[in-house]
Amino acid sequence: MGITIALAGNPNSGKTTLFNSLTGSSQRVGNWPGVTVEKKEGKLKGHKDVTIQDLPGIYSLSPYTLEEVVTRRYLANERPDAIINIIDGTNLERNLYLTTQILELGIPTIIAVNMIDVVQKNGDSFNLANLEDALGAEVLEISALKGIGINELITRSIELVNQARPKEISSVFEGTVEHAIAHIEESLESVLSSKPLRWYAIKVFERDEKVLEELGLEETLSSHLEEHIRFCEEEYQDRAESIITDQRYLYISKLVKTVMKKNVDRMEASWSDRIDRVITNRILALPIFALVMFFIYYISISTVGGYATDWANDTFFGELVAGNLNDWFEATSVAPWLSGLIVEGIIGGVGAVMGFVPQMFILFLLLSIFEEIGYMARVAFIMDRIFRKFGLSGKSFIPMLISSGCGVPGIMACRTIENERDRRMTIMTTTFVPCGAKMPIVALLAGALFGGSGLIATSAYFIGVGSVIVSGIILKKTRPFAGEAAPFVMELPAYHIPSPSNVLRATWERGWSFIKRAGTIILISAIVLWFLQAFGVENGSLQMVEDNNTSLLAAIGVLIAPVFAPLGFGDWKATVATFTGLIAKENVVGTFGVLYGVAEVAEDGVEIWANLAASFTPLAAFSFLVFNLLCAPCFAAIGAIRREMSSGKWTWAAIGYQTGYAYVIALIVYQLGLVFSGNPFGVGSAVAILLLGLMMFMLFRKSKYNEYEKPLKVKGEWTNA
Amino acid sequence: MKTLKETNVGETVVVTKLNGAGAVAKRIMDMGVTKGVEIYVRKVAPLGDPIEICLRGYELSIRKKDAELIEVE
Repeated sequence: MGITIALAGNPNSGKTTLFNSLTGSSQRVGNWPGVTVEKKEGKLKGHKDVTIQDLPGIYSLSPYTLEEVVTRRYLANERPDAIINIIDGTNLERNLYLTTQILELGIPTIIAVNMIDVVQKNGDSFNLANLEDALGAEVLEISALKGIGINELITRSIELVNQARPKEISSVFEGTVEHAIAHIEESLESVLSSKPLRWYAIKVFERDEKVLEELGLEETLSSHLEEHIRFCEEEYQDRAESIITDQRYLYISKLVKTVMKKNVDRMEASWSDRIDRVITNRILALPIFALVMFFIYYISISTVGGYATDWANDTFFGELVAGNLNDWFEATSVAPWLSGLIVEGIIGGVGAVMGFVPQMFILFLLLSIFEEIGYMARVAFIMDRIFRKFGLSGKSFIPMLISSGCGVPGIMACRTIENERDRRMTIMTTTFVPCGAKMPIVALLAGALFGGSGLIATSAYFIGVGSVIVSGIILKKTRPFAGEAAPFVMELPAYHIPSPSNVLRATWERGWSFIKRAGTIILISAIVLWFLQAFGVENGSLQMVEDNNTSLLAAIGVLIAPVFAPLGFGDWKATVATFTGLIAKENVVGTFGVLYGVAEVAEDGVEIWANLAASFTPLAAFSFLVFNLLCAPCFAAIGAIRREMSSGKWTWAAIGYQTGYAYVIALIVYQLGLVFSGNPFGVGSAVAILLLGLMMFMLFRKSKYNEYEKPLKVKGEWTNA
Repeated sequence: MKTLKETNVGETVVVTKLNGAGAVAKRIMDMGVTKGVEIYVRKVAPLGDPIEICLRGYELSIRKKDAELIEVE
């Protein structure tokens, strides 16, 4: 049996850097069961039998955020052989708050005081012996970034596992509180057997619901313990949970005074403070923000990223892979269905998506750099005011911006949003922003029916952004999104110079996870859609068809078309075009070309403008445009949604909502448009008004849910492992 | 009775009481906002909310709505 050492600490304490230097390249990234919190583990360098389990960055072991619940469950129930608790030496006080809680678990723990180089530069110093005595655990000074003290940390933590018992847990609490906890310990001793007594006793004192549920204490015992808790609460005139937090911090402040020697001469502000004074300045913050966003957009969408995508799509997949394969298949006379499946179906479909990969890597590289620097936290700080009105987070701005180029990296950029609810909401709404691939559809319809008016493109953006806002407000008031367990309190970490290895690693992890997870769904859907498009029933048997008009897809189109009749485009060609738009939105134009019998169409489909003008009224065309702008995104984006939601249920919910919303809006536009253009009032108009009224109600009703009421639910509740 | 929300930028105050219950109060306290702690209000975000405060040697951003729960003097 190998041994497992858990790595725990606050966010921004340098945990990722330490994890990277402890494990090197042997990392495995996944999710904790039931939640979208990332789980990373790796083998300790030079010790194949030692697993390092990285835990989410947390501030406390309360049960109020997903990260905390995951960490607690792991530490208390799976009990690693040892814990490395990394703390930020420049921020000892708040970091030790978590430390005192970890030590109560009774697992052998070593404390690594990180960023010791910065501490020394500031002229501060610690009395390690005193700190060790007080905490009852070994303390080491390290610098994860500079590689100071890492080897010693490795040796010492392995020795720690082999030590018999952890030292006595030092007492943090005083007076009646300590007395009550000791009393609870006594009462629990028989119930708990091998479990960490002190940890459970404190949690019982705090009336921690999850622990009380787990213990299932007898009525007489729990009411007896309750008396003790009440007694303390009366004495301190506060709730038990608050008393514990208060006393912890009191103990820590006292402790820090005795172990830390502050350099009193240092008066000038740190360089991080000076930078921040400019960057989040009331006047300069917004222009700087706009500039940074422009820079990200310019590099990843307009220039470098754009070229990379064009190259990957046209040159790499188009000419090199598909072209050469085609030639080779022809030379070796492979069955036409097989070469069709591989070249058009798989390479065409998957290539269309994988073409975005280089662009995504460039975007992720930039995002990782800004994250490492500490700017992302400031973005949330600057934009929070606007976005939280729509139930989104200040950090939702970046995905939205990127989505105006391509929704796929836009969705992937949601990774920087910590709050799960905000993240889900952003993923669901970000593809409403019209992406580059939707622009050919706009150009086609604007050219064919609106004399090329620029107003159509402008309205597309207004509809997109409007839909984000409307959806945000509507969804915010529905049950799955109502309220949040914790208030928005966010640390603004000191600015760092980014470490290249951290940045590259984060970029690679995000890019690779897209290829791996999204790839499957894209591959399958591309094959299915290709089959439907290429095969049809001719002369009574299923076979490959040359003419798309006789394909299975056309047959399905005819079947489904009536569904779109109320929206004004019940024509089966429009239905089929909408479906092929799922592969890539610009396919809508090409499909119309094929269906109208034009072999090659330009990007804006100028060759088929006359055909479209003949079969669409301007109103129907606009309704078609609205539907295609807002409905389910392309398979690539759906794959990205699947990856980021880590849940089939949420993926379907997202696609279902988007398509339903698109249908309702297009219906309202078309039916009310009919009435305004002088048509008689009919059933359709009544339905449209009803739907509009319903939407208004959902928009303006008061939320039933108090913002803070909803408890945190985690699948696979706290169980005895 | 004054709350952190009404505290001016550049002022340093001491926390006297924390209102609110459950997750909200606990989360704020976990970040070190407890009775008797000194808080320096560093700045307000460009759009007027949230605010940036400095306590226990680090910086924290908190919405005005949550700052209202914190009584100070």
